[in-house]
Amino acid sequence: MLNLLRLNNLNKGFTNSFGKTKNIFTNLNFHMKKGDFVSVIGSNGAGKSTLFNLIMGSTELDQGEIVISNKNIGDFPKYKRNSFMSKVYQDPSFGTSPSMTVFENLSMADNKGEKFGLTFGLNKKRKKYYKETLAELDLGLEKQLDTKAGSLSGGQRQCLALIMATLKKPKILLLDEHTAALDPKTSKIIMKKTDDIVRKEKIATIMITHNLQDAIDYGDRLIMLHEGNIILDIDKEEKKNLSVEKLLDLFNNKNIKLKDNEVFTV
Amino acid sequence: MILGTLEQSLIFAFMVLGLYISYKILDFPDLTVDGSFPLGASVVAISLVHGVNPIIAMILACIAGGLAGFITGYIHVKYNITNLLSGIIVMTGLYSINLRIMGRSNIPLFNVDTIFTSGNSLLKIILLLIVVKLILDLILKTKFGFALRAMGDNETLLVSLGINEKKIKIIGLMIANSLVALSGGILAQYQGFSDIGMGAGTIITGLASIIIGESIFKEMKFINMTLLVILGSIIYKFIISITLMMGMNPGDLKLITSVIVVAIMGTKSLKRVKRGVKFA
Repeated sequence: MLNLLRLNNLNKGFTNSFGKTKNIFTNLNFHMKKGDFVSVIGSNGAGKSTLFNLIMGSTELDQGEIVISNKNIGDFPKYKRNSFMSKVYQDPSFGTSPSMTVFENLSMADNKGEKFGLTFGLNKKRKKYYKETLAELDLGLEKQLDTKAGSLSGGQRQCLALIMATLKKPKILLLDEHTAALDPKTSKIIMKKTDDIVRKEKIATIMITHNLQDAIDYGDRLIMLHEGNIILDIDKEEKKNLSVEKLLDLFNNKNIKLKDNEVFTV
Repeated sequence: MILGTLEQSLIFAFMVLGLYISYKILDFPDLTVDGSFPLGASVVAISLVHGVNPIIAMILACIAGGLAGFITGYIHVKYNITNLLSGIIVMTGLYSINLRIMGRSNIPLFNVDTIFTSGNSLLKIILLLIVVKLILDLILKTKFGFALRAMGDNETLLVSLGINEKKIKIIGLMIANSLVALSGGILAQYQGFSDIGMGAGTIITGLASIIIGESIFKEMKFINMTLLVILGSIIYKFIISITLMMGMNPGDLKLITSVIVVAIMGTKSLKRVKRGVKFA
């Protein structure tokens, strides 16, 4: 009962246009504690994105229950789930409103999950805090509070999206390959910032990544999904001695016919 | 002549402000306006004939327009009917409703009291327009206004902020269409009659005003969007009245308007291609 997130016996299948049903998940179980930082790896079609969509309500569940803080959220509409959960997408443009300024975007994010009524929209009290937070990134964003988010670079936008997603501490943070579309340098900055925020705010986080090194370096639990099953679940202690080679060995021992170079980038 | 055009353009500006909310802010090409514009006129006309105070008649028109917007929004979000089709459906239905409200296709308003019966009509229109513009500006600066703007910009973000995107859409369309109906109601009083056919092409008139305003004033920092829309509406009306003065057949006006819209949009997209910017 201590677990923050409990996925119990999830079942989900998709029916294609020929009427054939393909099961993605059959009785999937997954529990996660408060403050856990879980990285999820797996080949294409393993069900990683479907897992996120089920949690967020973008895809309807066939069977099973999703329990967060002892509440079954299976019937919650998408926007309601979003009031206490956040997701950062791979595409930087999903996380910000392009025609609005950085300041306006942040003020909006600060009001996440609350009433958007007829009170003043800009949060001037927090302006100083926004500036400080942006300055820590060292991307020059703190000087661009009045710039429209659409004129920022992809990396800057993704940073902004990450900060917006965590400004109002969510119960669960979902990261969907949120550094995959960025150049290596920006990707590193964002990965570090993610780790900082998650540790400091103790946000329960699930991160999908295709980068095995990141999956090993960050987070305190590592999960591998394959064809809708969790085939590896590595805890904090084990993870300390893990390397990319060992991880690949583990896959092979599980008899997965995966050519590492094809599916994974290191 | 100039005064008349100016007055008319300012009356149309209410409608253009409404269309600015639906078309520009919500990114919703709302064809309901072709029906809610005469709806406002019908409601005002029938109210005035029955001796209702003109101000109250205009408030009734706003409410009626809001209802029309609500229906468009509701069938769009509830039954997943595309935004264009939802507008067309409601617009078509409104034609019959407007006929029902008026009881016939035309109501003259010459022997009844309107807001223009006494006093300076231009001054009255300008005052009302300024009030509406300022209220709209204020609304857009509130949290609700932010949500409206984010809605047309990035629906994913809106949902991820825990906002019910359906509600925002419906409320936005209600505000937009009540402004359009208000515009129709004022015009009926100004021209002295309400006619069932007065809404045809409303959306294109509004669209032309918005894009004319945008292409002329976009770069000027001190002109905000609502003012830009009003100026666009004035310029559009003057272009039209000049073409009429040059001896153009009034029946060709709608065609001219369509050509203007295509011409401006076309040059914009050509410029974008030349600059090498990809279409979003």
